Amino acid sequence: MSNYDAIIIGAGHNGLTNAAYLAKAGLNVVVVEKNEYIGGAAVTRELQEGWKYSNCSYVCSMMRQAIHRDLDLAKHGLILVPYLGNINFGDGDERLLSYHNEEAAHLELKRHSPHDADAMHRFQTDLTRYSQLIRKTLMRTPPDPTSFRPRDIMELLYLAKQFWKLGEKELYEYVRFFTMSAAEYLEDYFENDLIKAAMASPGIIGTALGVYSPGSSYILLHHVMGDVDGSIGAWGLARGGMGAISNAIAGAVNEFGGEIRTNSGVQKILVENRKAVGVVLENGDEIRARIVVSNLDAKRTFTRIMDKNDLPDGIYDKAKNFKIRGSSGKVNIALSGMPKFTGVPENRYVARGGQVFTGSLETMERAYDCWKHGRWSDDPFIESVIPSAWDPTVAPPGQHWMSNFVQYCPAELSDGPWTPEKRDQFGESVIKKIEGYSPGFRDLIVHMEVRTPYEIEKEIGLTEGNIFQGELTIDQLFFNRPFPGYGQYRMPVKNMYMCGSSTHPGGGVSSVCGANAAREILMDLRRTNTVPEDDFYDE
Amino acid sequence: MTTTDPYAGERLKRTAFYARAKELNIRDAWAAWNGYKFAEYYYDAEYEYFCVRNTCATYDICPMQKYEIKGRDAEAMLNRMVTRDVKKIGLNRVAYCVWCTDEGRMIDDGTIFKLADDRFMLTCGSPCTAWLEMSVFGFDDVTVTDVTDDIAALSLQGPTSCATLKKMGLQGIDTAKPFDILYFPFQGDTLMVSRTGFTGDLGYELWIKKDLAIEMWDELYAAGDDYGIQPFGEAATNMARLEAAFIMPAMEFNEALRTVNFEHDQTPFELSLGWLVDFKKPHFSGRSALLKEKQRGPKYTLTKLDIEGNRPAAGSYIYSSKLCTKEIGYVTSAMWSPSVKANIALAMIKTDYLEGNLWAEIYYEKELRQYSRVARCTRKTKPFWAPARARATPPPDH
Repeated sequence: MSNYDAIIIGAGHNGLTNAAYLAKAGLNVVVVEKNEYIGGAAVTRELQEGWKYSNCSYVCSMMRQAIHRDLDLAKHGLILVPYLGNINFGDGDERLLSYHNEEAAHLELKRHSPHDADAMHRFQTDLTRYSQLIRKTLMRTPPDPTSFRPRDIMELLYLAKQFWKLGEKELYEYVRFFTMSAAEYLEDYFENDLIKAAMASPGIIGTALGVYSPGSSYILLHHVMGDVDGSIGAWGLARGGMGAISNAIAGAVNEFGGEIRTNSGVQKILVENRKAVGVVLENGDEIRARIVVSNLDAKRTFTRIMDKNDLPDGIYDKAKNFKIRGSSGKVNIALSGMPKFTGVPENRYVARGGQVFTGSLETMERAYDCWKHGRWSDDPFIESVIPSAWDPTVAPPGQHWMSNFVQYCPAELSDGPWTPEKRDQFGESVIKKIEGYSPGFRDLIVHMEVRTPYEIEKEIGLTEGNIFQGELTIDQLFFNRPFPGYGQYRMPVKNMYMCGSSTHPGGGVSSVCGANAAREILMDLRRTNTVPEDDFYDE
Repeated sequence: MTTTDPYAGERLKRTAFYARAKELNIRDAWAAWNGYKFAEYYYDAEYEYFCVRNTCATYDICPMQKYEIKGRDAEAMLNRMVTRDVKKIGLNRVAYCVWCTDEGRMIDDGTIFKLADDRFMLTCGSPCTAWLEMSVFGFDDVTVTDVTDDIAALSLQGPTSCATLKKMGLQGIDTAKPFDILYFPFQGDTLMVSRTGFTGDLGYELWIKKDLAIEMWDELYAAGDDYGIQPFGEAATNMARLEAAFIMPAMEFNEALRTVNFEHDQTPFELSLGWLVDFKKPHFSGRSALLKEKQRGPKYTLTKLDIEGNRPAAGSYIYSSKLCTKEIGYVTSAMWSPSVKANIALAMIKTDYLEGNLWAEIYYEKELRQYSRVARCTRKTKPFWAPARARATPPPDH
């Protein structure tokens, strides 16, 4: 059996990115993946012939352009296509259309509230200022604030300088922003409830918080700090589905001589003399390497595939208490035609784009109440997109598929474990909600894939089905991610690293965690760095 | 438009597709081309660009000049005019050509369609009647007719373009190889389709009698509805052609007949189009000057650049070092390529300096303040965008 320099556990997009950069540096790497397919949560699967679902993640904005360009993912078949505006559906007949075009967007806001139409400029400006700062930290390793190493001190100084550039007033605002709820934050700007609700919704996506929970305003920012070709906050679709991203990165891994093994779940990370030395696969095979990199979430890594006795004191408990609550489900629906929605103009650009069943701040908060009580929401918040309206490769011509991200859906139900029947009832609640806005929707359904946190954890391996590999609250961000003292991708066992979304800068199909971890690993192994610096439009 | 309109002489003409195009030009974003009202974009330039790369989209090429060149001497006349060997163009084939002055400076580029042994169609961006009539001089049996206003032409480009034409009922369209011409019956007349385009992607150009333009548009759009069809304008064209590294007049080259200053026009060798110049064929305009240039080497060479960072290097000078002391060229076109995810440009660089370091000094504005940055440039030998589907026969459905 050959000896490897590095074993990467999990062929999600971050694991593959990590492998690509290590292989590019000349290391002999192997990625081991438990499923028969690669991609983790950035995956495309054809469960119904002719329809290709992005089963988990469904839109893309965080993917760092510098990595896309550096790994030449275009050559490996990746093209990201922006999609035009979307529609927010209010509780009643109210519709808020967000147009791509600035003039049109302004007029539409004005229709709802002249005040809010003006306030939107200030809101976007403030948000851009915040996101510019965060964006600068993405492809940098967080400093350890307790360390006196020159590198950490330099990095802290860099951050201080960036913060200082904001000016005194903005500094206070920034701190306030980080700790507020999305709804409260938006009160400062807007008066119209549907506008507030539409703007608040990114603050709850993927997280077990409500729009009124402190901390949700940061998550709002996390969802708008990406960009598509420099248009910050824009979202795109990967042509061919999200799996095209993973496949392209895998193409780069192969190009650099890396190996990817599917059907190779890891049973245990081998530790000898407090050093990681390899892994034991579920089939009993042993693979040894100089280093082991886990792309699994922190909880799964330390509580499922490591022996508690191999870990320093306290780590097991930290991992056990890592906040990674499941809050969302995903319903993928193959449709025989394009659904029509009530109260929406037949504008072929906007009416086909994204549908956000927003309701109101009140509806969203009530939906969260259900989650707290261990039930899926009676009246859920759903963020939908019809990728086939934009991408001709994911459904037969004239037919479509709709991706529905549903919140809230708990990992543990108050009335006992998830069953197939409960899963179907959850799916039904989603159809019912959509049907309310699209009569006849049900008749278009050709096939459905309903995924509760239970399915997501079982199939993808994300604990509780948490899409971010751990919540994006300030106690678990930056140098605190995944745990205080371990924010630099090196884990408490020597020669062991983490490279998934449980590390800085957190969830999203960004490739950043994997790339940042590779940079740290190459530094430890005294290899030339292969990871590019970030590239900004807003430099 | 009536003759009582006092501004009739100034108003832009409307193309054969105007009735449909104006409905779809939601932003009223009109520009002009050869006297025709012409879309800059229809809805969103970037979206339309992505339709060219992701679905399919149409570009109204009615304003492009079209000349029918007929007669026993038509081939000889064209062969005397253009630098490529017209004899080598097969029947129902299209060839990209350039033509030059006696000094070997480029007048224009265009395409020659061989429709019969004694009948050709020449298309080009700018009107060329005077030069054509001069080129006819000395040939007995050749007539040149400007058919620009008789033929409606629509370019259909993008990965679903073949699938759309199949859906439209053009049986056998998938057998067309690049630069092939095929004919299909259409409403009692003939629809000519060539597998050509200006985007570097899979694509076709449709040619029909002007009276049938709207009928053709409607059938095409009905067929393309499930394939993401969308009209695109000048803005998206310019993005797509730059990724394909195709040259544009008034960008990469200054038409020789409109050039005031000495050698501010270009030769085909300078534009990296030496492959279009055939010295083995009989005499043609500019031959001796071009032969001399070939032996001596061009002063400048049009070069494809991949530039670090993401600020487009529009209008930048190229220098041989980061200190920007020695200026060695200039950027002709530049953009951020959304498909390739690279900061691409075409630049005219002094040939002697091609092998050395290349730096671009890029200026950009941020909230009214000017910034500059010097960025390293890497030469590229292949077009930035050249998908396999553009060459595949039969092409894929998407």
